[in-house]
Amino acid sequence: MAFDAYQKREFKLVGTRVPRPDGIDKVTGRAMYGADPVAPGMLVGRILRSPHAHAKIVAIDTSEALALPGVKAVVTGADFVLPQDAFLADIGENAMAQGKSLYDGHAVAAVAAISAEVAKAALKKIKVTYEVLPHVTDVDAAMKAAAPVVREGLRLESVPDGAGGNVTHFCEFGHGDLAAGFAKADKIVERSFKTAATHQGYIEPHACLASVTADGKADLWCCTQGQFNVRWLCSELMGMEASQLRVTPSEIGGGFGGKTTVFIEPVALMLSKKAGRPVKIVMSRDEVFRATGPTVSTSIDVKIGMTKDGRITAGEAKLRYSGGAYQCMTVEMGGQAAFACYDLEAVRTQGWNVLTNRPKEAAYRAPGAPQAIYAVESVVDELCQEFGLDPIEVRIKNAAKKGTKSSYGPTFDDIGLMATLEAAKKHPHYTAPLKPGQARGVSCGFWFNFGGNTCVTLNVNTDGTVGVTEGNPDIGGSRASISLMAAEELGIPYEKVRTIVADTASLGFCDVTDGSRVTFAVGIATIRAARDAIKKMCGRAAKIWGIAEEAVEWREGAAHPAGPNAGKFPPMTLAEIAAVSFQTGGPIAGHHEVNADGAGVSFGVHLVDLEVDKETGATKIQRYTVFQDAGKAVHPDYVEGQMQGGAAQGIGWALNEEYIYGDDGRLQNAGFLDYRVPVASDLPPIEAVILEIPNPGHPYGVRGVGETSIVPPLAAISNGISRAVGKRLQQLPMSPPRVLKAIKSA
Amino acid sequence: MRYEKPQTVAEAARLLSAEKGLSRILAGGTDVLVQMKSGLIEPDLIVDIKALPGLRSIVAEAGGFRVGAAVAGAQLAEDRDLKKAWPGVVEAANLIGSTQVQGRCTMAGNLCNASPAADSVPALVAAGATVRIAGPGAARDVAVETIPAGPGKTTLKKGEFVTSIFLPARPARSADAYLRFIPRSEMDIAVAAAAVNLTLDAEGRVTAARVALGAVAPTVLLVEAAAAALIGSKLEEAALEKLSAACSAAAKPIDDKRGSVAYRKDVVGVLAKRAARIAYTRAGGKQ
Ligand SMILES: Cc1cc2nc3c(=O)[nH]c(=O)nc-3n(C[C@H](O)[C@H](O)[C@H](O)COP(=O)(O)OP(=O)(O)OC[C@H]3O[C@@H](n4cnc5c(N)ncnc54)[C@H](O)[C@@H]3O)c2cc1C
Repeated sequence: MAFDAYQKREFKLVGTRVPRPDGIDKVTGRAMYGADPVAPGMLVGRILRSPHAHAKIVAIDTSEALALPGVKAVVTGADFVLPQDAFLADIGENAMAQGKSLYDGHAVAAVAAISAEVAKAALKKIKVTYEVLPHVTDVDAAMKAAAPVVREGLRLESVPDGAGGNVTHFCEFGHGDLAAGFAKADKIVERSFKTAATHQGYIEPHACLASVTADGKADLWCCTQGQFNVRWLCSELMGMEASQLRVTPSEIGGGFGGKTTVFIEPVALMLSKKAGRPVKIVMSRDEVFRATGPTVSTSIDVKIGMTKDGRITAGEAKLRYSGGAYQCMTVEMGGQAAFACYDLEAVRTQGWNVLTNRPKEAAYRAPGAPQAIYAVESVVDELCQEFGLDPIEVRIKNAAKKGTKSSYGPTFDDIGLMATLEAAKKHPHYTAPLKPGQARGVSCGFWFNFGGNTCVTLNVNTDGTVGVTEGNPDIGGSRASISLMAAEELGIPYEKVRTIVADTASLGFCDVTDGSRVTFAVGIATIRAARDAIKKMCGRAAKIWGIAEEAVEWREGAAHPAGPNAGKFPPMTLAEIAAVSFQTGGPIAGHHEVNADGAGVSFGVHLVDLEVDKETGATKIQRYTVFQDAGKAVHPDYVEGQMQGGAAQGIGWALNEEYIYGDDGRLQNAGFLDYRVPVASDLPPIEAVILEIPNPGHPYGVRGVGETSIVPPLAAISNGISRAVGKRLQQLPMSPPRVLKAIKSA
Repeated sequence: MRYEKPQTVAEAARLLSAEKGLSRILAGGTDVLVQMKSGLIEPDLIVDIKALPGLRSIVAEAGGFRVGAAVAGAQLAEDRDLKKAWPGVVEAANLIGSTQVQGRCTMAGNLCNASPAADSVPALVAAGATVRIAGPGAARDVAVETIPAGPGKTTLKKGEFVTSIFLPARPARSADAYLRFIPRSEMDIAVAAAAVNLTLDAEGRVTAARVALGAVAPTVLLVEAAAAALIGSKLEEAALEKLSAACSAAAKPIDDKRGSVAYRKDVVGVLAKRAARIAYTRAGGKQ
């Protein structure tokens, strides 16, 4: 067994609900968010945005704006030299338009001025001449041969001949003989679905402060899920060496995937470079909706065959995703995830990425999976109804398990789907009788999870405390979990450990906080860094005792002679070793750097009871339970928070959230009034049932939990509503007008 | 931009009349400040009316209630007598915003902001409320439904403003109710709304009724055919169906991001029925 592989153990601290380290700062308003830093001589940056969905930028005249007293710099697309790499060029092109406005809200120019008033006035003085072009915002319309082509030259070789001009990517997954599979079915259901683009809806708008000095060094403070990624993207776009740009992440007011890239950061850097002064940009809510990264909008066909006793014989899905006016690989994840919950002999998914005049997609919790699984789980539910079968029984019958060749290739190791389904089946929620007018919906969900590049430094202080330095912004309680794991491994109290998130100059590269990777991967690095420190502390004790290093072992927070032959010495605690460290060789620190593997896939099952007002089409969610495998819940409060949070966002997505575009291609609901996230009174208490099926790839058995929970709500709620109204719903969101229409046509 | 907080009604009227640029009254500010912040309006003069005598109190008058133009939603909720006499008006005004907004927002501001979806307005219209207008000339009283002229527009003339809203005395066995439809349960804007105000006789027969609809036309609608459907009935199913049909027919909504024409017409009829049932029960009727 590898040194770090999972070993069953009794935990002292892991699994307890210790106070969160960031709690007091957050509730007292002291936490430093992206908009909080100030610098001497700081200017205000503001961005001018295109009102056109699709337009050629014929000319930009900035002379009047520059002449305005108090304006210190103006930036347009012409200031940037885009990298050759297409991925990087797209990010730069999205941050500042290059010759064409590709969506309503696309940045076309920016100013830095001595005050917000001057900056606002300056924006009005920038004259942009547009030549408006035909636009397309709907994914199906964009697939058509006659559709206006959003951008030329993005098509990859994967795209088969004959696809429309907006198709940029094609992918295919699966195995087995589909025709033979469908031939074995007693019933085949084929349905088409559509899902609207949704926004992560984080409360904190994007904000940054950039300071570029005359000698080419720069500092950037920003709200992000990944400071190293910001450094990479911005240094490439600015033509800087990575080491000359230091990025410091702020406390974060929500990200959910949406803060894994850059929008305003390169603009602030360029303004600062030109103005020679620090520049702060804070987005308005309107800008956040129009010009950051919502999810893909999709159109999906699903065909599933089933025998009358509930065995799925074949499954097929065709997924058309649009990530806006840019190349987008999210459809790959949809194609891989669609049937991942099932053990199938014949399965195929095909995906197309389609360009539309919408903002560039950014990640949103389990990107691509909720849409695909919504479509598949809807058809599975319809087949259960057809045959009068229990929806959980059918899922148990077909569930993927250890040894299943997954629909996307790999063979599964220990996975928790079956245990999760069994837990749901036995739970009082599932056995509770429905009240008149109520209906119940069920859905499974899946997410891959990720490991990735991670560094941790663990410093043992001379007073017996420990500082953990890690490089991943804490978006879901990771500092508490990391401190818990460090304390567990070292054998010291949780309170003795403080974990901080470092800037890019203070630690080696860390991948973005995404893919539910932090508690898993930073956890591994922390445990290994603690073991490294333990080894060093044992060495110091050996030195003091005058015995061999191998003759010292670490137990309960102290070095002990390993056995009677090692000699008789009283144990030395971490604090005692640390106190004399300057005399025994100097400060003690543990390190670990890893590209972590073995994240372990994650499954969840959601149950919902709901009621539909048959006269208005309004849905009331009455009871909601989430079942999910956490491997090991390091801090159960946070795990429950992730499970509940994903469910809450999924409920919003299912019922009301959507990007609404007018015929003019402009976004009509760029604010929280008409982009309707659920408010507290829309949600029932969400019960979270944590299962712990240890992940073999983590020393404590941890699995990521941050994303799976947003996958099942869409289908669970759609299945509930469809049962309540006697008609299969096929479009998200299931807003009251849409549901009333279904009721009237039932 | 100038900010003024006059101490007399005459001074307020003078300031408003003299201003050459754009002026705005500031009551609770829950519309005006939001509009300024979003850049929708850039007023040259703001006249805060909260210091004007009598504008922040509710006083009994001729068996009814005179509600000052600067009385906040939360204050209405605390007035037991008002709530008892006009439960529909108070529930409508209390639907505005959140607890925080309730501490500020006024019915007069709701009326004069002239949103077709303003929540307190249909209830005030169904109640037969009048508003007192001050201005360069003598004060005058007008029916509340004459104030809105279209989205964002009122019939108030230069220098004029509302000083109070009057809710009249009520006969025995009278009650009102207001319902709006929103996709969420809170913090939303009406997709359609209905207010019903009823008086019953001793047998539970409707002797007088007023029905007003919100968010289904450029201004609030007072639907006489809907009222006629109820008068003489004991709220039998047939009467309710007639009410609902009359409301759907009267509604002239638009298609927009908040709802389609067909949806709004449907739902406004449903709301009217439901509001009528609530008002009927409140008035002591038994269905
Ligand atoms: C978060 C939030 C939620 C909201 N929710 C709702 C809701 O659910 N339903 C709803 O209907 N509204 C809602 N609103 C809008 C607003 O709160 C209401 O319209 C409120 O009643 C306005 O009252 P006010 O006193 O704050 O008006 P102000 O903002 O002070 O004034 C509104 C307008 O009326 C004019 N005005 C004010 N008083 C007078 C007067 N006495 N004479 C002449 N003109 C006058 C002002 O010049 C201005 O144009 C919401 C607003 C916010 C910010």
